Amino acid sequence: MNETLLLLLEWTIKGALLAFALATGFAYTTLLERKLLARLQIRIGPNRTGPFGLLQPAADGLKLFFKEELTPANVYKAAFLMAPIMTMVPAVVIMAVVPWGPPIDFFGRAVSLGISGDLNVGVLFLLSVASVSVYGIVLAGWSSNNKYAMLGGLRSTAQMISYELALGLAFVGSIMLAGSMSLMDIIRHQQATNWYIFYQPLGAFVFYIAMLAEVNRAPFDMPEAEQELTAGYHTEYSGMKFALFFMGEYIKMIAVSAIFATLFLGGFDGPFVEQWPLLGPLYLILKVVALLALMIWIRASFPRLRYDRLMAFGWKVLLPLALLNIFLTAVVMVVFNVR
Amino acid sequence: MTPDLIVFLALGLVAVGAAVGMLLSRNAVYSALFLILNFATMAVFYLVLGAPFIAMVQVTVYAGAIMVLFLFVIMLLGAEHLERHTSVDWQKPVAVLLGLGLLGMVGYLLVSGQVTLGTITTPEQGYGSPLEIGRALFTEYLLPFEITSVLLLAAMVGAIVITRRDAPNRKKR
Repeated sequence: MNETLLLLLEWTIKGALLAFALATGFAYTTLLERKLLARLQIRIGPNRTGPFGLLQPAADGLKLFFKEELTPANVYKAAFLMAPIMTMVPAVVIMAVVPWGPPIDFFGRAVSLGISGDLNVGVLFLLSVASVSVYGIVLAGWSSNNKYAMLGGLRSTAQMISYELALGLAFVGSIMLAGSMSLMDIIRHQQATNWYIFYQPLGAFVFYIAMLAEVNRAPFDMPEAEQELTAGYHTEYSGMKFALFFMGEYIKMIAVSAIFATLFLGGFDGPFVEQWPLLGPLYLILKVVALLALMIWIRASFPRLRYDRLMAFGWKVLLPLALLNIFLTAVVMVVFNVR
Repeated sequence: MTPDLIVFLALGLVAVGAAVGMLLSRNAVYSALFLILNFATMAVFYLVLGAPFIAMVQVTVYAGAIMVLFLFVIMLLGAEHLERHTSVDWQKPVAVLLGLGLLGMVGYLLVSGQVTLGTITTPEQGYGSPLEIGRALFTEYLLPFEITSVLLLAAMVGAIVITRRDAPNRKKR
């Protein structure tokens, strides 16, 4: 077999693996959320389907397949169909630049773990995909031809655009420390020194808050403020189209957690990862699960912000903090002659 | 046919199709969506040409930021349905004529062999990487770069001032 075919095969397998991992991760994140929320509220949570309720996600999925799929009469059909897909696709695509582990030796062939971890514009790729992911929501809101959906769509779009700025600026501290936009280089530099959360506590703090807002999680779950907007942009969706929105949302949660882990927690870094590269994905998954648990904990603890407070917080607190972080990082790097 | 040519033809088809769709679509929102598709295809062109930095910036700035604002304006003003007849109807035949003229001219020059297309060489490794672009911006092109940033800042301040016409009357919070 020639090299091109081998490369094609390698990428196909890695892509399929990633898609499978994200789909499974989505299913079990819903279970984790329900279980953990229940425990935090002194309930038990789903425990009837399978041992400890482990088959609950499968039952949920099956139920959604059998739901009637309604398309209301006055929607803009093409956009209405496209919106769930356009929400789902960026959530999966963004994971392409996150490395899962150090390169492994696979039957005498060096295989890098990750789709394209060494891309020299990796961080820019994250930003560009994040900026495109708004369209699914804004389209869903508009095409539903429903005032609640429209308001929910516009609100969440405004929110995502505002917090994207703070998110993008929070990347910069890590880029400055590593001197590279490649996520692999960022991880390698953290392995050589320390995890960036120790050097960039402010950056990590800003990033975490901004990423909660970016994936519309509580306390920033404005589009789903059910007292005001019924269900926001996905009010008119049902059946598998609704499931796609749901899936996109949870996969986004996983993706931003993985990005946070890569930028601030050393990515796949951990003890003995150089001797046994396959430990890399395991460490990454552990970090992602911990970050997801933190997200769920925050959801159980904080009430939802009022909308104008949310925008003011993003523009007047988070954005200046992110700028301050860049300034401080630059000053410290120059004074202590880091590079 | 080389793989490069196949990729180019496929991308070109999508790009031209999206542009035509944008022009012919009766609904302004769909026009905007076609334009986004066109921008995204251009980004892939840049990637194929070995300029990943420009490709990512193209997606972030044009397909991301600017088109979201376009969509916002279209949706908020409720201007998505275009009138069948507008005041610039007379421009249509003129535009078709001029477009055909340009196509004919370029086509004639290419077919008659008076102009030949240069061959494209693959750029050297590392050309157009973020590092190279940053170095160029902060050494060779420092002055234009700084002037641009001041211009952008002035535009930003201007936008805020214009939208806050009622500021003096408002109660201080």
